[in-house]
Amino acid sequence: MMEKMIFGRFIPGESFVHKLDPRAKLLFVFAFIVIVFIANNALTYGLLVAFTLVVILMSRIKPYFLINGLKPVLFLMIFTFLIHILFTKEGDLLFELGFVKVYEEGLRQGIFISLRFLVLVFMTTILTLTTSPISITDGLEVLLNPLKKVKFPVHELALMMSIALRFIPTLMDETDKIMKAQMARGSDLSAGSLKDRIKAVVPLLVPLFVSAFKRAEDLATAMEVRGYKGGEGRTRYRQLKWQLKDTLILVFLVVFAAGLWMLRG
Amino acid sequence: MAEILSLNAVSFSYTPDEPEKRKAVDTVSFSIQRGEWIAIVGHNGSGKSTMAKLMNGLLVPTEGDIRFNQEVLTEHNLWDVRSQMGMVFQNPDNQFVGATVQDDVAFALENNGVPFEEMVGRVHEALQQVRMDGFLDHEPHHLSGGQKQRVAIAGALALRPKLLILDESTSMLDPQGRQEVLQTVMQLREETGLTVISITHDLEEAMLADRVLFMNDGKKHAEGTPEQIFALGDELTALGLDLPFAYKLSRLLQENGVALQGQHLTEEELVNDIWTSNFNK
Amino acid sequence: MDIKLQQVAYAYAQGTPFEKRALFDVNLAITSGTYQAIIGHTGSGKSTVLQHFNALLRPTAGQVVLGSRVIEAGKKQKNLKEVRQKVGIVFQFPEHQLFEETVLKDIMFGPMNFGVSAEQAEKRARELITLVGLPDSVLEKSPFDLSGGQMRRVAIAGVLAMQPDVIVLDEPTAGLDPRGQREIMDMFYALHKERGLTTILVTHSMEDAARYADEIAIMHEGRCVLSGTPTALFSDVERLRQYRLEVPRLVAFQHKIEQLIGQKFPELSLTEEQFAKQLAAITKAGERL
Repeated sequence: MMEKMIFGRFIPGESFVHKLDPRAKLLFVFAFIVIVFIANNALTYGLLVAFTLVVILMSRIKPYFLINGLKPVLFLMIFTFLIHILFTKEGDLLFELGFVKVYEEGLRQGIFISLRFLVLVFMTTILTLTTSPISITDGLEVLLNPLKKVKFPVHELALMMSIALRFIPTLMDETDKIMKAQMARGSDLSAGSLKDRIKAVVPLLVPLFVSAFKRAEDLATAMEVRGYKGGEGRTRYRQLKWQLKDTLILVFLVVFAAGLWMLRG
Repeated sequence: MAEILSLNAVSFSYTPDEPEKRKAVDTVSFSIQRGEWIAIVGHNGSGKSTMAKLMNGLLVPTEGDIRFNQEVLTEHNLWDVRSQMGMVFQNPDNQFVGATVQDDVAFALENNGVPFEEMVGRVHEALQQVRMDGFLDHEPHHLSGGQKQRVAIAGALALRPKLLILDESTSMLDPQGRQEVLQTVMQLREETGLTVISITHDLEEAMLADRVLFMNDGKKHAEGTPEQIFALGDELTALGLDLPFAYKLSRLLQENGVALQGQHLTEEELVNDIWTSNFNK
Repeated sequence: MDIKLQQVAYAYAQGTPFEKRALFDVNLAITSGTYQAIIGHTGSGKSTVLQHFNALLRPTAGQVVLGSRVIEAGKKQKNLKEVRQKVGIVFQFPEHQLFEETVLKDIMFGPMNFGVSAEQAEKRARELITLVGLPDSVLEKSPFDLSGGQMRRVAIAGVLAMQPDVIVLDEPTAGLDPRGQREIMDMFYALHKERGLTTILVTHSMEDAARYADEIAIMHEGRCVLSGTPTALFSDVERLRQYRLEVPRLVAFQHKIEQLIGQKFPELSLTEEQFAKQLAAITKAGERL
């Protein structure tokens, strides 16, 4: 199940989207999240969907893979769709099924909200699929840099994120290992009452915490030995390069947004 | 030869309020010269890792002092000393800070404010020295333990240190990884004359050193060339260490009545002795 | 309990873009009471194989026979607990699995999961703590106050407390100092000899395999490529080199001496004692001439 989930994962590649500057991609997605709310009729929603499809094609991520990976999220989408259908009681009554009454406005809202949700999920997933987590961190660090003036710990936050990202695979392996070791000792995480299951989590959590603390301690030592004493006076090895294409896609997004604005109902 | 590091009657206790408890390090003195390779051996809990932490100021001695380049290690020169001293620890995973190999090697350079243009050159150079230059963008979980430790060595080398401390750096590795790391260190010594302190319970590793310091219960039990240390024989095994292969075999052969001139540390010597004492009469 | 792997294949994350095949067509039969070593480099698939021995992983093709149970690819399995009780696994760095407040409780955890009474489990814990070479007094301590080596012994006691028929050891001495290594290996060997415990040792160490094992299997790139007795396997130096493996140092040394004196030893030495005796016999025979 976890293995099939692709939300938040990164697939290395050489596409146009992959090669954009992470700052440009982050700004693009943030702006897009706002732009999505401009759409309010069939035409503008259609344009949004088309736009998303173009981005997906340009990223060269296999659509089958995207859809397969986002199945758990699709369930959520269907759920929102149903909520709207069931609870919006405006417009003409379209049809009736027992106590369920479906109105025109409900159907409309349901479709629009679901589409909005869909393009948002696809767009953010494309961002994480085509940008390595560490580049996202770099991008965020630079974009948030102005906040340093108000004493916001931008460097520390970015370092925390990058270390967290670096250790995710390590900790996943570790979880798997400890889980298996306890299963081999007869612990059963998937059976019994809720109380039993909660009890079965303790043998997993305690060792995980112990090891995470040990790792943190070791890592702190290793960092200190290598001269880490905070963000002051540090130079950066990871450099970001803003290119013409980065400017261009943002300009294009602005034009697209303006177009949507004019076409909205 | 000039002295690079010395410990002078250094003691350290994790529980200074309870003087009746055994000190982790108890009045240890020794010095290491530029270009030397020293192995510090002892069973787990003999105080050898505490010594490593004392040497670069992660712990402060309760008694005695530590000198780097004749200068007493204090809070004031701590960061300066650390920049000249590379250290590689036991667990390959827990010292990999960067997201990729090259980021990790650059970490110490970034901390020391080395400008970007210079960093690139140094990172590549350090990775070449440990033969990991083909792995620039690899992430740590796609590397073997031996490779991660070599990256850690490169991370230390990038700062061009005078001294490299290996704190049980090979103990969690498989034989192949251990071999890779030791080969790398030997080759580095040949090329750059780097000073090395290796803290270990692996005998083959200790045999590579110029001098061996044998720790037991926080005290310096013996000090000498590998030959002198391994000549202690049963004393070593009684204190939890092993004997080198050739040495163990020579003793067994003698016990079983095979004529030998003496006991040997290397296979070659033993083979020669077996031949001359038994077959070449 | 006999264990058989028949045409076992295994792929991690099957059916996703991250799919990774770890085992291909592995065949291996381990007779009850045997000391079996499984050797291979990191990434050879030996850790994946070992998880099949108590159905922590189930084959994606082929079948695993564990005593009277058959674990077949693609079939749902119920009540795997009974299998897990019979096959104890000591994972690499098993001290990471400790979690209870006291050593005693931690050792009792396994047996109590399998329905053993608290009384009985405690009795086992008290017996085992001595067997693994620790004083009774540690039973009341927190496992996290012990040294690394002591924690390892507690974890081992925790697996033995389940009283398995088969014990699987994954690099049980990794990171220990030489004395600790010897003590642990000797303890498992004594258990094997005295109680007839079927023992499966997964290791990098040719030396340990030579010294203790009755049978050795060699894993290479997800396949079991060679198997046989230590003597048989170590006689063929070239064959092992194909898989980037070397014969134990002692065996190589014996080959060297044999070449030098132009005479074969009666048998391949698997222990230093054996080597010394054989060489002594040869030199004595030489003197008599």
